Amino acid sequence: MNHIIIGNSAAAIGCVEGIRSIERDSDITIISNENFHTYSRPLISYLLEGKTDEKRMLFRGENFYAENNVKTYIGRSALAIDHVAKTVTLDGGDKLSYDRLLVATGSSAFVPPIDGLSNVKHKFTFITLSDALALAKTVGAGSRALIIGGGLIGLKCAEGLHAMGCDITIADMAKNVLPSVLTPEAAALVEKRVLQNGVKLILSNTVTRFDSNAAYLSGGDRVEFDALVVAVGVRPNISLILDAGGATGRGIIINEKCETSLLDVYAAGDCTESVDISSGATKIMALLPNAYMQGECAGINMAGGEKTFDNAIPMNSMGVFGLHMMTAGVYEGDAFALNAKNGYKRLFYKDNLLKGYIMIGDVARAGIYTSLIRERTPLDTIDFDLVKDKPQLMAFSRMERQKKLGGTTA
Amino acid sequence: MKRIYVNEKWCLACHLCEYYCAYANSGQKDMVKALQGVRINPRIQIEEDGGVSFAVSCRHCDEPLCLKGCITGALSLDDGVIKVDEKKCVGCYTCILSCPYGAIMPSASGSAVQKCELCLENSAGEPACVKGCPNRAIVYEERV
Repeated sequence: MNHIIIGNSAAAIGCVEGIRSIERDSDITIISNENFHTYSRPLISYLLEGKTDEKRMLFRGENFYAENNVKTYIGRSALAIDHVAKTVTLDGGDKLSYDRLLVATGSSAFVPPIDGLSNVKHKFTFITLSDALALAKTVGAGSRALIIGGGLIGLKCAEGLHAMGCDITIADMAKNVLPSVLTPEAAALVEKRVLQNGVKLILSNTVTRFDSNAAYLSGGDRVEFDALVVAVGVRPNISLILDAGGATGRGIIINEKCETSLLDVYAAGDCTESVDISSGATKIMALLPNAYMQGECAGINMAGGEKTFDNAIPMNSMGVFGLHMMTAGVYEGDAFALNAKNGYKRLFYKDNLLKGYIMIGDVARAGIYTSLIRERTPLDTIDFDLVKDKPQLMAFSRMERQKKLGGTTA
Repeated sequence: MKRIYVNEKWCLACHLCEYYCAYANSGQKDMVKALQGVRINPRIQIEEDGGVSFAVSCRHCDEPLCLKGCITGALSLDDGVIKVDEKKCVGCYTCILSCPYGAIMPSASGSAVQKCELCLENSAGEPACVKGCPNRAIVYEERV
């Protein structure tokens, strides 16, 4: 079997490891348009912070490709897929043949058209290692940075730049930070922590226009900057599948085996959309764990094995200026609320199922909650009062615990 | 592959496993020096409530969601044992978000996580919790 993987991040690596769990000797080729060994994208803010370096942020060891007998085209772009002839065309015109293909092309930063943006000299996005290296080269202690977007990427970027000594302003059109994962009440705790660290927040504001080094906001503020970071969101890279005639929505459409609508073409990771089982909605869940598990699932199927990945949920673990938070699932149904001194906790449940949660501050053992959502454990089979208090295995029946800890399979 | 199994009927809630774990992973040669005046942060933790108690530590399970979700590659599978490379780990806690057993916790520094690695590489050489359990409520066995 001859496998081609377009992409070199979590989904691609998951695919290699999935294939190699079934086949030792098949051909695997990775095509990556980034000029790097596989690295962890979410670590770019930690790189700015000095908490990791380019060597430690490698997602797999330096010998990964050799050990797994993977041929690489690093720094090359895949331009087109011919799913009938089963070829991938690279920049420069080379054509590579495949038996099975994985598209793991990820997503790209979305940069909205804003008046004057093209005149801004030092503007950045914050998705790739190249983005981070370019930003680090431009800014230093005392630099003024304006970040447009108070989501996961914007806040992590702020944390990195803060450690470099930058003077930071974050602007967002939403009325609170992290609008996609936190309630306004929960976000207030994060905002407090951000402000305590000297980062300025301008919420409920859009940028109406830019000068070369200043932004004019809808509320009337004018913010001068030495560097601008646009972190308003990402868009899945779907064009290869779209151009080849495959089914796409906002992301590439895949089934539970990670197959696209094109025969022998699979897709995984941030370029895809899939079903969130906590809400039942089809959505883009651009999260590294999902990317890896989709890639692995695709790889196993590409190698002739059998695997489904059918219990994806949105979930995030994130620390901002030392404040840890975890979120998962969907915030629907009844809510159990707990407000700790420096924390916040909400469990959302409906139809005898835990549907979602938010924890800020004390996040110990949160995976027990995540598992209740993912496994769709009926709440009347556990002691939900114990679980509300804190995540614990005590809430399960003795027999269930015996399976989990005692190694019995009955 | 030998694994740690728990028989909650025999657990006395004495917490000795937690102390043996903390000692084994302290790097100290003397148990008193390792534990005196120290608030331990063991990799095995007792749950207890209303007369029931049991120890929880990493299952080194067949579907390791911690490892698959690890954003840095700090978690790896080495001969059936899931290990964390503290130098690579940045303490994002995605593994804590993922582990269905609640068996991964922040290390004392807070900038990385820790988990049971079966004491294979520390001074104990075999699971110290098992060796120290006075009532065989924690065992280290090969089972099919």
